[in-house]
Amino acid sequence: MEILVCVKRVPDTAENEITVRKDGKDIVRDDLVYSVNEWDNYAVEEAIQIVEDKGGSVTVVTVGDGDSEEVLRREMAMGADNGILLKDDAFVGSDGKGIATVLKGVVQKGKYDLILCGAQADDGAGQVGGMLAALLDVPYASLVNSVKVIDDKKLKVGREIEGGNQEMNEITLPCVLSIQTGINEPRYVGIRGIRKVASVEIPVLGASDLGLDAGAVGKAGAKVKLVDYFVPELGAGAEMLEGSTEEITEKLIELLKAKGGLK
Amino acid sequence: MAGQVFAYIRHHDGKAEDSALELVNAAKKIAGGAAVTAIVAGSGIDSLCAEMAASYKDVWKLDNSALAYPNAEVIRKALVNILPANAVVLVPHDTFGMDLSPGLSIKMGSPFVADIVDVEADGDVLKIVRQEYSGQAHTHVECNMSAGAVINVRPGVFQPDESKSAGGSVTDKSAAVGDLTCGRKYLEVVAAEAGDVDITKSDVLVSIGRGIEEEDNIPIAQELADAMGAVVSCSRPIVDAKWLEKARQVGTSGQTVKPKVYMAMGISGSFQHLGGIKGNPFIVAVNKNPKAPIFQVADVGVEANILEFMPSLTEAIKAL
Ligand SMILES: Cc1cc2nc3c(=O)[nH]c(=O)nc-3n(C[C@H](O)[C@H](O)[C@H](O)COP(=O)(O)OP(=O)(O)OC[C@H]3O[C@@H](n4cnc5c(N)ncnc54)[C@H](O)[C@@H]3O)c2cc1C
Ligand SMILES: Nc1ncnc2c1ncn2[C@@H]1O[C@H](COP(=O)(O)O)[C@@H](O)[C@H]1O
Repeated sequence: MEILVCVKRVPDTAENEITVRKDGKDIVRDDLVYSVNEWDNYAVEEAIQIVEDKGGSVTVVTVGDGDSEEVLRREMAMGADNGILLKDDAFVGSDGKGIATVLKGVVQKGKYDLILCGAQADDGAGQVGGMLAALLDVPYASLVNSVKVIDDKKLKVGREIEGGNQEMNEITLPCVLSIQTGINEPRYVGIRGIRKVASVEIPVLGASDLGLDAGAVGKAGAKVKLVDYFVPELGAGAEMLEGSTEEITEKLIELLKAKGGLK
Repeated sequence: MAGQVFAYIRHHDGKAEDSALELVNAAKKIAGGAAVTAIVAGSGIDSLCAEMAASYKDVWKLDNSALAYPNAEVIRKALVNILPANAVVLVPHDTFGMDLSPGLSIKMGSPFVADIVDVEADGDVLKIVRQEYSGQAHTHVECNMSAGAVINVRPGVFQPDESKSAGGSVTDKSAAVGDLTCGRKYLEVVAAEAGDVDITKSDVLVSIGRGIEEEDNIPIAQELADAMGAVVSCSRPIVDAKWLEKARQVGTSGQTVKPKVYMAMGISGSFQHLGGIKGNPFIVAVNKNPKAPIFQVADVGVEANILEFMPSLTEAIKAL
């Protein structure tokens, strides 16, 4: 099975305190720790496991800048066979549809049976996978938390739905799936693995290589525009307990007693 | 001129979900005084449609046995066949909306905005508030809705409209759904497995998130829970890492809990997590990031490392 996995380099929200730039044009990007989008890492692991079981190859692709290459290498160190970087000034400022349009270009240059995305990325939209499927006119399933290959035409996939229940579906190939966390246990990537792929050539493709009209993607093609980042007027929020640890625990215990939190 | 505004009604066992009445208020902010149409798709949905007509001026009924289970791939086809090209469609941003809407916007040729927490219409321009980076940053986004739009609305952010004063009517659009064949076939729903403890039964929960850092630190939370007479629950990453079983996960894709006291220890406060906390408990949040969104919903907060704070609290309680 030939599998394409779409991955994105994002600021790691577990590692960073995100702050908004004074001019509101962006978040403060100096000193941010970046990593591969958590969901995409599960998608790559799933692809590798399918290929280990059924044969084929895994290609990881990202729409990004020069720095984005590092996440491709990381996922190749994990076991993806190929990486492709889609980079062009024309792609900058794309909305979700723009990214999906660029990805459609790369899908059509290859021959993939299965395309995996993450359920969502740093902007929490969860849109690119579903858009890509619709642009390609192939079936889609989101929030996938189990994949079983039935034969070279069909998969059985589980979707995570509310309450921890799982919705089982049969889906025909080729298709796009967006992968939910917890579907597998992504393997550890050590420094040695990264070193092994450090010199592997990663092709870089731009708009003309993909046969894309530059006006359909990037800022020019975006129908959804980010106006600014801002810090909202927050309500009172929590009463913050201050003082020494003893003072805080004492106050907290009083509150817990009053609210029925201590037996 | 923006097109007609629609609200997609999610329902379960013949009952509308909470989002159905929340979308009344979301839609009002977009439609102004114009009438909003509810879309109810399913099989055997007459009484639900009648019920929705109390809250929406017009209800479009899509009754077809192929729609009995809400397979987003099938429903997308039906919607593309019945909606006017410039329709503005509101859908809850839940596991169905995430499945349906991105593709729907492509097929409708209209812009899509996911997971909105507020919206205003300025003529044909929608001014939308979203959150990024797990709720750590807010953004304003804009899109023009004159050629239609698909908007996914975060569940729980708009107040439900309980007035039931629309006096609407039901229009049967079932005949117009068209060809519904598609490449994804729904098979069955597999129910969540029960765990060794039922966190929904506990009045006090000590709930841990990614801030617990390592599996080996879980006993620290368990000791606090034991001292308090509480049960340990958790956020999703703890279950994804297989450190605790799924039955302990609080949130939209886990359990819905209604404790008296909820101790959020190293949990950022994503909406999917908060979506599982009901009944307005007293929430205590301990987090090392003073800007963590959890502090907006908690009653009391402590800025601290949970790995140091929890043992201190445990000791202090034991000393009582
Ligand atoms: C469809 C869908 C369904 C989902 N369903 C659920 C669900 O049911 N339940 C759920 O929980 N999530 C769910 N999620 C995931 C959700 O979006 C968040 O990713 C998740 O809730 C984050 O968990 P967290 O707060 O533990 O981790 P993070 O967001 O990483 O937050 C960790 C927090 O701990 C703090 N911290 C770190 N170390 C320490 C320390 N030593 N001391 C004190 N504080 C510390 C950090 O400042 C941070 O605020 C769902 C996501 C999707 C897409
Ligand atoms: N720039 C990008 N390059 C490659 N894939 C992307 C990019 N942005 C988003 N994706 C994919 O789409 C998924 C959902 O992202 P989003 O729609 O931005 O929430 C991600 O998990 C990735 O699989």
